[in-house]
Amino acid sequence: MSRTAPDTVARSAPARRPARRLPVGGLVAYAVLVVLAVVYVFPFLIQVANAFKTDGDATADPLDLLPLPGTTAAFTTLFTQLDFPRAAMNSAVVAVAVTLGRVFFDCLAGYALARLPFRGRGLVFAGFVAVIAVPPVVLLIPKFLVLNQLGIYDSYAGMIVPLMADAGGVFIMKSFFESVPRSVEEASYLDGAGTFRTFWSIVLPMARPAVVTITILSFQASWNELSHFVVSRSSPDLNTLTTLVATLTSGGAFGQANQYPLKLAAAALMTIPVAVLFFVFQRQVMAGTEGAVKE
Amino acid sequence: MSRDVAIPATTPAAAGTPPTTRPRSPHGRRQARAGWVFTAPALLLVLLFVGLPVVMAVWVSVSGWRGRGSPFASGVPFVGLDNYRTLLAGGGLATQDLGTALRNNSWYVVLVVPLQTVVALLLAVAVNRRTLRGRGFFRTAFYFPSVTSSVAIVVVFLFLFSASGAVNQVIGVLGIDGPNWFADPRGVLHVLLGGLGGGEAPGALAEHGFIGISWWEWLAGPSVAMSALIMLAVFTTSGTFMLLFLAGLQNISAEVEEAALVDGASSFQRLRYVTVPMLRPVLFTVLTLGLVGTWQVFDQIYAGTQGGPAKTTITPAYLSYTSSFVDQRWGQGAAIAFILFAIIVVLTLVQRAVLRGDRT
Repeated sequence: MSRTAPDTVARSAPARRPARRLPVGGLVAYAVLVVLAVVYVFPFLIQVANAFKTDGDATADPLDLLPLPGTTAAFTTLFTQLDFPRAAMNSAVVAVAVTLGRVFFDCLAGYALARLPFRGRGLVFAGFVAVIAVPPVVLLIPKFLVLNQLGIYDSYAGMIVPLMADAGGVFIMKSFFESVPRSVEEASYLDGAGTFRTFWSIVLPMARPAVVTITILSFQASWNELSHFVVSRSSPDLNTLTTLVATLTSGGAFGQANQYPLKLAAAALMTIPVAVLFFVFQRQVMAGTEGAVKE
Repeated sequence: MSRDVAIPATTPAAAGTPPTTRPRSPHGRRQARAGWVFTAPALLLVLLFVGLPVVMAVWVSVSGWRGRGSPFASGVPFVGLDNYRTLLAGGGLATQDLGTALRNNSWYVVLVVPLQTVVALLLAVAVNRRTLRGRGFFRTAFYFPSVTSSVAIVVVFLFLFSASGAVNQVIGVLGIDGPNWFADPRGVLHVLLGGLGGGEAPGALAEHGFIGISWWEWLAGPSVAMSALIMLAVFTTSGTFMLLFLAGLQNISAEVEEAALVDGASSFQRLRYVTVPMLRPVLFTVLTLGLVGTWQVFDQIYAGTQGGPAKTTITPAYLSYTSSFVDQRWGQGAAIAFILFAIIVVLTLVQRAVLRGDRT
């Protein structure tokens, strides 16, 4: 299967366009790329445009990208009849708390596993690696059982604390700390600084790129999280944006009506924070996954 | 690993420092204590919310707990492997549902994994060319869907693929009468067969079956509704995997590419015989992540289709949730989770073995 697709692209290439200054294949490949980019971007344009339409217009003419004059009725409904602001606040509180916890604990554990020799270190590290291998979906019901047992089901604590468990982040930080030269810490120890002091004010600042990366990834993951909030809470007051919008799509809020502009508006609004974060830290986000970038 | 093993590893660096940092000095002991203190929070969280849940779920999966009170209360019966037996060989509705969920998810995996891998690889190769105008824009465009929440994307896709939605209007221009995607339970292969004049279930396939549903149903292919979810998955994951491939491409030196070019290799030959073999480690990662991820479809079903139409989009993950939270059959729900876990582990090991063997 993996052979056929590149094959057809490459073979169909020379046939189509007359050569100008660029090689023919290059031009066609470029055209294909542009079409693909349109396919990837178009859904978001349609989403935003239709959020400003009436139900009837959205259904009748979904492809119209400039709904003039347009209506903000969908947004008004979100803010007046649905508890969108509260859900947004819950999402923000949870995402910020989870991110702070994750980053701090990941850094601490990553540093210890990279640098502090202690008995059982290999075992602990193997444990973290094993945890990475457990598929999160398998834990859905079990997590509910634990939260129930601990008495923190349907509370902020139950929504936040379990998401702070992040073996993947520990792994990333450990790899990064291993690349920091040892001499830096040794100088600090010679000056009489303790382990935490050395970690906090000498080594951690040097790990800035890795910290930025896991901060963004953590925020993004907890902002977009759905399944954990499905099993860790039930009261509407604790709705996050993901669970609120999910109830909208399953027809919970307004019965059977389509209400597409309303849902699209909600989905567009909930995308804004992660989108902004992505565009601001684009380089770090992409380089974090990509490794060293040659420009 | 004990302290005695870890210390020799530090000697190259330690050799250059003054003798004040002795291995078993108070400093060393302090570091060992700090090591535990530093690791404790992360370790505790992981034990409490990954380790403990797994242990509790093992018990629930062999119990008859119905969701009332604590699963560890004395009244909760031990039922042995009954839940697993009911699910895999009971022949009732539970077996049928699990069979359907496995059928749905299998087709999803079989289609999404190769598609997302190929699309991601092609995007990466295209975007990696240094001469490409607007590289940054393309990368951003292809990666952006990976950043947004699955719930938001599902909302958009429900709208795009509605009966008179954008997708049907666009393919309508080409003269194709699009289906009512998310309401269409027909299996894609059945539809194709029907178009070829087949369409009736052959007796042998209809009479025999596996996990509660007939072979004819296993071979139905993904439903039209599931196909829309398959496209959604490729749309959202190809950007992430593109980045992984890009990272791999950065490691292929320009000289290798140029040598192939000088030798007169076509762009396809270069892709097939130079790029792909050198990307083998990344390919392995992408396939593994893809396989593990696609067996865990939950969000799209919960927020999008709720398993419909006609159960053709239920997945084991979603079924595990509804069995427990909706039907209060917690034992079965937990058992489904472990069956899913087993499937993922076995398939990952098989894939490893296959890709390893393929190397030579």
